[in-house]
Amino acid sequence: MSGEVQAAAVLGGLGESQELDSRRPGGRVRGRRLGLGDWLLPAYTIIAFVFLLIPIVYTFVFSFNDSIKSNIAWRGFTFDKWLNVCTVEGGAVCEAFGNSIIIGIAATVIATTLGTMIAIALVRYRFRARGAISLLLFLPMATPEVVLGAGLAAQFLAVGVAKDMTTIILAHTMFCISFVVVTVKARVASLDPALEEAGRDLYGSPSQVFWRVTFPLLLPGIVAAALLSFALSFDDFIITNFNSGAVSTFPKYIYISASRGIPAEANVIASAVFIFALVLVIVAQVSRAARAKRLANLG
Amino acid sequence: MAFAAFQTAEVVPQAPRKRSRIALFLLLPGLLYLVLFFVTPLISLLLTSLQQPAEFGDIGQYEYAFNWQNYVTVMSDYWPHIVRSFGYALAATVFALLFSYPLAYFIGVKARRWPMLQGLMLVLVIAPFFISFLLRTLAWKQLLSDESFIITSLKALSLMAPDAHFTGTPFAVIFGLTYNFIPFMTLPLYTTLERLDLRYLEAGSDLYANPFTVFRKVTIPLSMPGIVAGTLLTFIPAAGDYVNASRDFLGGPDTQMMGNVIEANFLVLLNYPAAAALSIILMAAILVLVGVYVKRSGTEDLL
Amino acid sequence: MSVREFAERGADLELVGIQKRFPGFTAIEELDLTIPAGSFFALLGPSGCGKTTTLRLVAGLEEPTSGRILIGGRDVTGTKAHERPVNTVFQSYALFPHMSVLENVAFGLKRRRIGDALGRAHEALRLVELDHLAQRRPAQLSGGQQQRVALARAIVNRPALLLLDEPLGALDLKLRRQMQLELKTIQEEVGLTFLHVTHDQEEAMTMADTVAVMNKGAIEQMGAPAELYELPRTSFVANFLGQSNLFTGDVAGSTDAAISVDIAGARVTVPAARAQRHTGRVTVGVRPEKVTLLREAPAASSDHNVLGPGRVIDVSFSGVSTQYIVAIPGVGTVTVFAQNTGSGPVVGEGVEVWVSWPVEHGFGLDDVAEPAARFAADADTTSIAAQRREELVAELEED
Repeated sequence: MSGEVQAAAVLGGLGESQELDSRRPGGRVRGRRLGLGDWLLPAYTIIAFVFLLIPIVYTFVFSFNDSIKSNIAWRGFTFDKWLNVCTVEGGAVCEAFGNSIIIGIAATVIATTLGTMIAIALVRYRFRARGAISLLLFLPMATPEVVLGAGLAAQFLAVGVAKDMTTIILAHTMFCISFVVVTVKARVASLDPALEEAGRDLYGSPSQVFWRVTFPLLLPGIVAAALLSFALSFDDFIITNFNSGAVSTFPKYIYISASRGIPAEANVIASAVFIFALVLVIVAQVSRAARAKRLANLG
Repeated sequence: MAFAAFQTAEVVPQAPRKRSRIALFLLLPGLLYLVLFFVTPLISLLLTSLQQPAEFGDIGQYEYAFNWQNYVTVMSDYWPHIVRSFGYALAATVFALLFSYPLAYFIGVKARRWPMLQGLMLVLVIAPFFISFLLRTLAWKQLLSDESFIITSLKALSLMAPDAHFTGTPFAVIFGLTYNFIPFMTLPLYTTLERLDLRYLEAGSDLYANPFTVFRKVTIPLSMPGIVAGTLLTFIPAAGDYVNASRDFLGGPDTQMMGNVIEANFLVLLNYPAAAALSIILMAAILVLVGVYVKRSGTEDLL
Repeated sequence: MSVREFAERGADLELVGIQKRFPGFTAIEELDLTIPAGSFFALLGPSGCGKTTTLRLVAGLEEPTSGRILIGGRDVTGTKAHERPVNTVFQSYALFPHMSVLENVAFGLKRRRIGDALGRAHEALRLVELDHLAQRRPAQLSGGQQQRVALARAIVNRPALLLLDEPLGALDLKLRRQMQLELKTIQEEVGLTFLHVTHDQEEAMTMADTVAVMNKGAIEQMGAPAELYELPRTSFVANFLGQSNLFTGDVAGSTDAAISVDIAGARVTVPAARAQRHTGRVTVGVRPEKVTLLREAPAASSDHNVLGPGRVIDVSFSGVSTQYIVAIPGVGTVTVFAQNTGSGPVVGEGVEVWVSWPVEHGFGLDDVAEPAARFAADADTTSIAAQRREELVAELEED
């Protein structure tokens, strides 16, 4: 913030000194009695979160249900399902889960690589047909999954390709690319080109500049894109259903079992994934906040 | 529209070949991939939608033709599904917007003073993403089944007729769609509200607007990009969804949406042309709706 | 610590027939320039005049459309930025945010595989008095500290030529003055060739041995700061470097020693050696502080020019001096700076006055001043900048 604005703000009595920016909460008169608006919104927020979390809690609780086959009625508490998660139905849940992991990793690696390359090119280079390229990247995100799935299935049918793990990976990569481009592009756009020029000016060859300056600076964006890709792939059911043939994935396993009852082991896996992801995100959030705080203190 | 600006943008003539060669190297693999696995499938879909049954073929065997009557057939067979798809999706979008706006406003504006809390609440918004979409929906099915605590209580309080059901009704499907797409609505709303410069609101009240008028004339217009992005991100997948409406989940025989009939025709009945024609109709309708909506809401920059 | 260890001698920089075109506009029309080794050279001009493009061409960050660049006599036109013995202090410093201050400074040395990179980096940081912050990240430094790190990162490489791209632009006034002195001191100590790009005329004049004033992609005039100020050759230089009173009229008579110009009936004499053109329609001028206000018509004199009578239409007091604007019928307005040696303004608004200045302080320009030429030049660069900005905005909106 420039000194002039700051000075004007202080003179105008708008702010103490440092904090007057857009992030500063609106002027509430101190000492006023708490009005309706002051508790209504927080109360609503709490109710909203309870509502959002109900099915998650339900799923988690029922992972401890001592169910026999279908996991509908509560029959008592047990750790059994967590300990013997891979024994039910000859380990079908675990096999589906393993497939989902493999597919997720493969699709993430391919989509993140291709998408990052596109994102860099879009921000850094000028070329013809930008409009068409933007449209090509936007459309997969604006197309319903059922259309994407049916389209690919129709093509595999026309070409005579048997559906298996490969076709699932091909399909997942396709819909992840656009999301990677959007995520990484924001990061590339916020990267000051002068940093790379400084790298060149300081005797860095093109590849040294890329690996020592550009890539480390893009890394947070790339990691975010990869996590998003993996999450999209891991949880995808609709496109997978059209292109998986006999291969089972975790969502597909749940869909097929839904009519005859889901074993509690599915809840175990879903809950474990949930806790893992939650811990990952919270750790990232906390460490980011701590770093920001440290920077603020030093600076 | 902003698209036009690019067509005229020239390639920088300096250092010409080398530069565009790098751009080509960066773009080509990914774009080729999308052409191969996004564009050509759409073309396949279009061609399939015009196929006719092979003359002496088995079930599921078709040959290329220009059988546009497929479209007439699916329209007359499935018009209720088409109407339902867009109706349910629209209702779910409106409910999700009403649910999400206050939530996003609280996280993005009121909670600015506490970054940690803000971060935690954001994690909670996306938390449902971390658990399988299908399991979440099944959880609601159990929680709202006829024998469930919630429904039996409602019946005991005479808030619901004793012989009424919740699951299997259009309400249940719309409920499920709303719940499942709330994070897609909340996140873009949060992003714009978080960047909302509160000095505009102060300027509004300085210029004699009461809080409600400030909200209507300043806050809502400034958060329009988030509203447009959120409604699109909710409406598009909701219109194509078939999990919520499926009989094994929250739907019933009378709640089937386009996604359900596309799935049934493609994977069960092996009537590929009908499934393809329905997909093309769904895609075309969505593109038209989105185009009109984006134009009218004046946020064309979004594309 | 011996500063000498850091510096070889600076090298000559020679630009021969440089031209640079971008799609839609020409940044540099035709540029020939020689900067002798060891000098502090400033390129001064308004934004969009081509000075930053010139700097980027020398750094190797852009390629010229035509022409050659020689450093120390060696043709480097075809070589890349990382192959040139040139370093830049960027406008926004461009410090790598993911590296510590020390890693930033050692970056260039490591790329060139020079031994004891860290030791040399520490030494460079000591030169700019920041060695105690070596382990910090750039984001944890103040603007002035970042600026010094950027300087250390460049000079640690002992470049034959150091380029400074408005390096003080982001600093506030007080820090700016301090850094100007420090930069000048460091340049004298290390004896490198500095090429400094700025739009701040005061900065250029304070720091540089030689100033080149650029306008519309070409150098208008080049010389020592005092020389440029006392004897501007074009109306652009006369107005960009300080203020000038300019008068246009026909040459009415000339001798070997002086020319005499007819300005609305009055005669203005300029020494022939200080006039670029001696016939036809010419523009002559004088600096406002060289002009004196008179309450009465002075006696005719061959060593003073006199215009008037006119009326004082504006008086503005600025502490050290007072600026008077005098409207003279047929001539236009004349600005006069008077030192406040007495107390307060000597004349008020509406008073009838004459203006006078010694003949030897007048100058004759090479071009004929257009009315408000000063702003026309700026409008051009502004419109180019606006056009570029629109393109960028369109690009961002697009995606």
